[in-house]
Amino acid sequence: MKEENIICIACPLGCNLQIIRNRSSIIIKGNRCKKGEDYAIREVTNPTRILTTTVKINNSFLNRLPVRTNKPIPKDKIFKCMELINSIEIDAPVKIGDVILKKTLGLNVDVVASRSMKKV
Amino acid sequence: MLEYDIVVIGGGQAGLAAAIEAKKNGIDSIIIIERDKELGGILQQCIHNGFGVHEFGEELTGTEYAERFIDQVNTYDIECKLVTMVLRITNKKIVEVVNSEDGYMCIKAKSIILAMGCRERTRGAIIIPGTRPSGIFTAGAAQRIINMEGYLIGKKVFILGSGDIGLIMARRLTLEGAKVLGVAEILEYSSGLSRNIVQCLDDFNIPLLLGHTVTSILGKDRIEGVVVAKVDKNRKPIKESEKIYECDTLLLSVGLIPENELSKDVKIRIDSNTGGPIVNQIMETSINGIFACGNVVHVHDLADYVSEESKRAGRNAAKYVKGEIKNSKNVIGIISGKGIRYVVPHYIGVDDIEEYIDLFMRVDRVYENIRLSVISEAEILKEVFRKRVCPGEMQKIKLPLFHFKDRKISSIKIEVREGG
Repeated sequence: MKEENIICIACPLGCNLQIIRNRSSIIIKGNRCKKGEDYAIREVTNPTRILTTTVKINNSFLNRLPVRTNKPIPKDKIFKCMELINSIEIDAPVKIGDVILKKTLGLNVDVVASRSMKKV
Repeated sequence: MLEYDIVVIGGGQAGLAAAIEAKKNGIDSIIIIERDKELGGILQQCIHNGFGVHEFGEELTGTEYAERFIDQVNTYDIECKLVTMVLRITNKKIVEVVNSEDGYMCIKAKSIILAMGCRERTRGAIIIPGTRPSGIFTAGAAQRIINMEGYLIGKKVFILGSGDIGLIMARRLTLEGAKVLGVAEILEYSSGLSRNIVQCLDDFNIPLLLGHTVTSILGKDRIEGVVVAKVDKNRKPIKESEKIYECDTLLLSVGLIPENELSKDVKIRIDSNTGGPIVNQIMETSINGIFACGNVVHVHDLADYVSEESKRAGRNAAKYVKGEIKNSKNVIGIISGKGIRYVVPHYIGVDDIEEYIDLFMRVDRVYENIRLSVISEAEILKEVFRKRVCPGEMQKIKLPLFHFKDRKISSIKIEVREGG
C-alpha cells in the first residue's frame, strides 16, 4: 500500500487529497466533489493540464489572441504544444471558440480562441 | 446635464455584474464608465483557466468569463462610455467625467456603483535597497505586456512575493521560454491559492522559498541580479544566508490595494484594514445610494465571489432607485474577533436584509482544524468547521435571515476557535 498527499487543482478551493494505492485499487480521500476524485486518479496515472497561452494575431487592436486547449493534454506534451502554437499567426476577426489548431499533435484536442477579437 | 438612474464606475467584472443585475431588476437607465478601450478590466489579461466554477459550473479562462458578461451587457443594451475617465463624484451624486470625444461632462445619478477595482502594490520595490535599473515589473503589469501586447519581458526572472498573479506569471514566463529562478515569500506560507502552487510552480520545478526576501538589487542600466536572504522570526534578513541570483528581470507580486481615490475624495468612510469603503450587507457605503462592489471594497481571490457580491450591489442599487431601501437606524455591527483580520460587510442594516447574508472574511494566519464561529453575546448563531484556513484564501459564511428577524441584537462577532 502506498499513500500520497496532493492538492486538488480541479477548482480554486484546493482540497488536500489523500491517495491510497493498492496493487489493484486507488482510493481517494479528502475530496469535496467528484471532480477531485477524477483529478487524483488522473494525476497518478496520466497527469494532464489545460494549456492556456496566446497566439500572434494580425489586424486587431491587440498583438496577441488568448487561446486554450479545449481538453486537458498530457503534461509532457505542454512544451511541444507551445512550440507549435508559437509558430503560427492568425488574422482578425476571431470569434470565441474558433478552432485555431485542429487535432493538435495528433491528440484529440483542439486549440481554440478564448476571446473574440475584432478586425481594425 | 446628462441624467441616469445608475452610473457604474468601472467596466471590469464588478461593474459588469452589477450593471446587468440592476438591469434585470427593472432599471433601464444605466451607464457604465470605463477608462480602457474595452470592457472586462483585468480579466482580459487573465488568459489562464480556473474562472467560473461557481458561477457557470465549468472552468473558463478569465477572458472567456469576461466575454460572457460583456455579451450580456450587449444583449441587455446597457450603455457604456469607453476611454472615459471619472474625475470626481460629489455627495449630490454628480459624476464628473472626461474623454477626448465629449470633453468634460457632468452626469447626474440617482445611484452610483463604485467598481474601480484595485491596483498593484509597488512598495516592495521602493524599500529594496540597491540601484534602480530597468527590468523590475509588478506581476500584473508584466501579465498585460506579455498576454496582450505580446512582448517577453525577460529571460531570467526572479519573483518576489507569492501572490496569485506572481505564481501565474511564473508559469506563463516558463511556457514562453524564460527561466524562472525562484519565488521568494517573506512569510512562512504562500499568499496564493494552493492550486496555483501546484500547477504553476511544482509542475515546472520552480522553487518556492518561504521565509525569504530580496535584500538588494544589482545592476546599473538593466537589473543583473538580486540578493536573496532568509528572514528570522521578526522578518529581519539574516546576513549570513544571503545568496545572489543572477537575473535580468524581477517581478513583484506583493499585494493589491483597493483603488479608492474617488471614494476618499467624496469622504466615503474607508476601513483601514481592507483599504475599501465600509459597507453594509447590501454593499451600500456610508453615503446613501452610493454602492461599492468587487476589489474596490476588499481584494477577492475568486472572480466568482466578485460577481456574487456585485450582483448584490446591482440589485440593491435598483431597489434604491425604486425607493425600496429603508436605511433605518436598526443596525447590527460586525466585529472581527480572535483570528479574523477583517469581515465584509462591516455592519448589517436589519430592515434591508434579503433572505440571507454572505459574510466574507480573512483569517490572520494559517490555522488547522478550527471552527469559524458567529457569535451574538454568548450565543453561537453559526459555526463552520475548516480543516485548514490561511490568509490567502477568503472564507465565506452564509447567515440566514431568521437569525435576525424580530430580535434585538446589537452586534455579532466572528472568531476562530481552535481545537475540534
